[in-house]
Amino acid sequence: MTKLKPRLSLIGIGVFAVLLLVVAPLVLTDHWLSNLGKYCCWAIAAVGIGLAWGRGGMLVMGQGVFFALGAYSMAMHLTLETAGAGVPGFMVLYDPLAPLPAFWEPFRSAAFTLLAIVLLPVIVAGLLGYALFKRRVKGAYFAILSQALAVALATLISSTIRETGGDTGLSDFKYFFGFVLEDPANRVMVYLIAAALLVVCLLVVWQLYRSRFGELLVATRDAEERVRFLGYDPATVKLVAFVLAALMASIGGAMFVPIVGIITPAEIGAAASILMIAGVAFGGRASLFGPALGAMAVGWGQSSLGSAWPEGWTYIVGLLFIVVILFLPKGLSSLLPRFTAARRSPGEQPAAGTAAPELEAVQS
Amino acid sequence: MNALVPPLLNGTAQGALLLLAALGLSLTFGQMGVINMAHGEFLMIGAFTAYLVQQVIDSSDLSIPVALPVAFVVAGLLGLLLEVSIIRWMYRRPLDTLLVTIGVSLILQQAALQTFPAQGVPVKQPGWLDGQLTILGYSWPLRQSFTIVLAAACVAILSAWLKYTSFGRRIRATVQNRDLAETAGISTRTVDRLTFFVGSGLAGVAGVAASLIGGTNSQMGAQYIIPAFLVVAAGGIGQLKGTVIAAWAVGVALSCFAYWTTGSLAQVLALILVIVFLQVRPQGLFTVRTRSLA
Repeated sequence: MTKLKPRLSLIGIGVFAVLLLVVAPLVLTDHWLSNLGKYCCWAIAAVGIGLAWGRGGMLVMGQGVFFALGAYSMAMHLTLETAGAGVPGFMVLYDPLAPLPAFWEPFRSAAFTLLAIVLLPVIVAGLLGYALFKRRVKGAYFAILSQALAVALATLISSTIRETGGDTGLSDFKYFFGFVLEDPANRVMVYLIAAALLVVCLLVVWQLYRSRFGELLVATRDAEERVRFLGYDPATVKLVAFVLAALMASIGGAMFVPIVGIITPAEIGAAASILMIAGVAFGGRASLFGPALGAMAVGWGQSSLGSAWPEGWTYIVGLLFIVVILFLPKGLSSLLPRFTAARRSPGEQPAAGTAAPELEAVQS
Repeated sequence: MNALVPPLLNGTAQGALLLLAALGLSLTFGQMGVINMAHGEFLMIGAFTAYLVQQVIDSSDLSIPVALPVAFVVAGLLGLLLEVSIIRWMYRRPLDTLLVTIGVSLILQQAALQTFPAQGVPVKQPGWLDGQLTILGYSWPLRQSFTIVLAAACVAILSAWLKYTSFGRRIRATVQNRDLAETAGISTRTVDRLTFFVGSGLAGVAGVAASLIGGTNSQMGAQYIIPAFLVVAAGGIGQLKGTVIAAWAVGVALSCFAYWTTGSLAQVLALILVIVFLQVRPQGLFTVRTRSLA
């Protein structure tokens, strides 16, 4: 069974890919397809959180920062593309003669933008992670520091209205790398890119989880000192997972912008970062599909219930945290194996979400 | 020289408010290892208690002194309720405690938003705080110094309580070696509950002070929780003097940065300062020496 599990997961990813890339565009209306695209963006970030938190034990409460790096890079490029050779409309609003801020200028280039979406989170997460993990800052300290970073960045963006659009954010994008965003066909294309990226991210973590690195990551989470005594450097292991998680959050943010059409500090601040965690916890932090599916479920709740019944939605998120963490720490994904294992053989241990199946394979 | 006086004085007052918010955290996080993200909401409840007490006692001269103990008890009892109902199941899962209490804080925030007007409620300042102190040619609002006096009093009472009373001795024993304390006949469960009551109660007291300085609304707790945690982290776990110094340093740094740049940039700079500081001293300013790894 343990040999079969990775292959089963691969089939699962295949089915998921077919559902997202083939069935959804055929079945769903434009409105729901664009909503699904939005959930896919959150799911991409959630896959990274699952890697860093579920497998690596690093509670990343500030993924909004990296989501913002991708989203604002993309949004700046799309804003400049819409503005043409001139200066974006919102800047002229405050000062008709406003020059374009220097850090905006390189984002005119599409190649630079794509590079920035990939490299910015890698650099920022690399420096931050190196500084923190080498000094063995971990646990709650790490969580609070990352959350503080999200708060700080959101505050910074809110207060620099002339440079970043402030609380109103960046919106009204007309073109996406030359494609007209109003065209329904192009909107489907943007959705397909986001969905495909989600599938790629799932494949990446699937491969990581069954590699030696995946084993080392889980070992670092469960017994960091032991890993150190075995001759590995836990800081490096954690750093790789953290940087990958940041990269995924950035990619999710970058795709969020053309799909939703607006990015504001509210989408990246403390509350948004915590909502990303909520989805991962709900789905099952250490499982392969749990983070993505959980994030999509919470995303759906956020955009449907959250707008129709905002008071109730906050209570639901609060209760979700309490109930899931208290009674179901491995998330919904732990219910499924428990159910199937109970049916199949009473002697066999259910494949628990946090215990890596690869570790069991090594032992047997 | 005189240009430094306003940021220094206001920074000290801001630091005192941070200290009040961080004192309870340093007790629950530092001594028990529980990360209570609802601490900020207990502070908010303290502030709303000050408002409610003012509705009952009309004279604001009297209502604030009355509100202080009332807020302590109200917030403390809520903390006790949280400990008994949820946190006691989670002592082995510190990071998960953090997430559960985020859930609690979301619910408390929303409940406050629906109970009280969204724009917040006014808490009248007592008449005896109306004046101004003139220090080196700078007229300083008296209410700022009230925070400092209150914080100093809380620190003095708390450290005396920890040092000289039998409850304090039990808390320190439990912190230093839980198993040995239990062997010696101390009920660590009772100690945990009491520590949580006092820690949460201090948040309530901080809330009364905060209601006199900033607005009293459902979002106020969220503003204090992160800086307060950074203060506890920078100060080092298990020792009050580290928290006191760190709170003052962060307060003055925030105030100076805000004086030279803008308020929001000051927050970012202060955060970077704390991260850099934790690079140099990952254990914080002062720490109880242990033989544990990491």
